[in-house]
Amino acid sequence: MEPDMESENVSGEPPVRAEITLIVNGREHRLAVDTRASLLDVLREELGLTGTKKGCDHGQCGACTILVGGRRANGCLALAVAHDGADIVTVEGLAHGDELSPLQAAFIERDAFQCGYCTPGQLCSATAVLDEAARGWPSVVTPDVAAEPELDEPEIRERMSGNICRCGAYVNIVAAVRQAAARETAGRRPTERQAAGREAAGHGGAGQGPTEREAAR
Amino acid sequence: MRPFTYERARSADEALALHDGDTHYLGGGTNLVDLMRLGVERPARLVDVTRLPYDRIEEHGGGLLIGAAVRNSDLAADRTVRERYPVLAEAVLAGASGQIRNQATVGGNLLQRTRCSYFQNVTKPCNKRDPGSGCPAREGEHHNLAILGHTPHCVATHPSDMAVALAVLDASVRVRGGSGERGVRLDEFYRLPGDDPSRDTTLDPGDLVTGIQVPPLGMASRYRKVRERASFAFALVSVAAALDVADGKVLDCRVALGGVAHRPWRARRAEEMLRGAPATEESYLRAARAEMEAAQPLRDNGFKVPLATNLIVRTLSELAPSKPGDGS
Ligand SMILES: Cc1cc2nc3c(=O)[nH]c(=O)nc-3n(C[C@H](O)[C@H](O)[C@H](O)COP(=O)(O)OP(=O)(O)OC[C@H]3O[C@@H](n4cnc5c(N)ncnc54)[C@H](O)[C@@H]3O)c2cc1C
Ligand code: SF4
Ligand code: FES
Ligand code: FES
Repeated sequence: MEPDMESENVSGEPPVRAEITLIVNGREHRLAVDTRASLLDVLREELGLTGTKKGCDHGQCGACTILVGGRRANGCLALAVAHDGADIVTVEGLAHGDELSPLQAAFIERDAFQCGYCTPGQLCSATAVLDEAARGWPSVVTPDVAAEPELDEPEIRERMSGNICRCGAYVNIVAAVRQAAARETAGRRPTERQAAGREAAGHGGAGQGPTEREAAR
Repeated sequence: MRPFTYERARSADEALALHDGDTHYLGGGTNLVDLMRLGVERPARLVDVTRLPYDRIEEHGGGLLIGAAVRNSDLAADRTVRERYPVLAEAVLAGASGQIRNQATVGGNLLQRTRCSYFQNVTKPCNKRDPGSGCPAREGEHHNLAILGHTPHCVATHPSDMAVALAVLDASVRVRGGSGERGVRLDEFYRLPGDDPSRDTTLDPGDLVTGIQVPPLGMASRYRKVRERASFAFALVSVAAALDVADGKVLDCRVALGGVAHRPWRARRAEEMLRGAPATEESYLRAARAEMEAAQPLRDNGFKVPLATNLIVRTLSELAPSKPGDGS
């Protein structure tokens, strides 16, 4: 695999390979990757999972958003070699068989795309947005950063700002995320919401593991 | 991209031992991988420091010790940080995107490089990337570069929002080097460019950041950032401020600016003027103007002077709104 042609390897040094294991959408893969390869390139080129898109390759557009250990990340800036053992979900893994995830269904109901190129990233990102809000994570537009946030429109716009849509389908994307958020909140009992808030209250070690949604799968 | 070997350090000692001249420590990689792809950084070895045991936020001497491997998003979500140091949570949340904050580490955030477009373009001269080659930004594209503390050698700004909050918190950086562990006050951690812009900090090669010590604050605090779009953009100007007011008078006050200099800019002059002054918009404005007297805007970034002035006034006013009849 040619990991990246943008700045070619003028040094003439041979590529370095490393063995890693990735769990992608529940399936384990053993791979020998070039140390320079990003998760994005490995998913697309080695595993044929082309749902995840490359927009900018610089962390600026979010088209490459995937879930790593249940948390959203830009695949283009993540070195595969640094993610040995990681549990990854891509857009291909969001549905349960033929049953779309609530967000996928909401995107269709609300017509939340035009060309669709940004959509896999939007879906993975929004999946994590719902989870982060359920954990009580604030955003920069949360009026009181110490309080429990409500996922209203300004919050959704801010939290989704790492995902650019060149077609400008933002109005319907926000509507779709709002709809999925409202359904999720309605489906969750108040006690569970409080528990989620308390969980976010503890001193966070990094990578608090997969979300409940992931673990339940 | 130049090929490199990858090692995962299990202890600080191992990380230090694995670091030879041609090495970079790897945090989340959100800045380093990008710079390697652009050819700006060309290490032969990466030493991954994200699995070192510095992934906790702990109580420490009445304040907090924040591990270098803590992810930006976990720092901003931490209940204690949100309650006791809102300026820090707000600053982290004002930076980058939800995705990037999940990947980025505290250590990497501190040590991210400038976003000056010439620095990122290896076909251009740049004293920071290629010492002695010149600084095209001075006469070129510099509308988002420095107005304070710059030299003819470099007019770059430090891009981190988090670091501006840490400056106002009087934080110090825990560093592991060849001669053991030391604490470096944020003031002494970041450099002004002087005649050697190649160094952003006073760290020695191979020094490992293990954490950040934040002393107790005991004042209201907040972070405000102005950018060219509503979200997901670097600061044009930002302000971190902490303020303690009693009986309409400023008891204590700290202000730091982002987006204006090669390092987070502590507005010491403004702070001095404000201590003991009436907590009114007039005082805030007088102090902000006095601080900005030192500004030397470039051809296209003079707008940052009134922007910074107004943002200081606005942020302080939000922390302690002046009541009618107060001192003025
Ligand atoms: C599109 C985009 C937008 C962004 N917007 C903002 C913004 O608005 N505000 C903002 O503040 N930031 C912004 N950022 C920058 C982001 O915050 C940084 O990229 C991130 O914090 C770096 O952390 P990291 O762990 O990924 O560092 P890495 O990329 O892994 O490392 C950065 C540097 O730190 C060194 N390093 C890492 N850890 C250590 C350690 N423990 N000891 C010694 N050296 C170490 C590395 O060797 C490297 O030189 C943006 C980034 C992108 C890509
Ligand atoms: S401002 Fe600094 S970083 Fe930018 S071109 Fe000049 S020397 Fe390089
Ligand atoms: S391709 Fe990763 S953010 Fe654009
Ligand atoms: S739908 Fe075309 S880029 Fe978003």
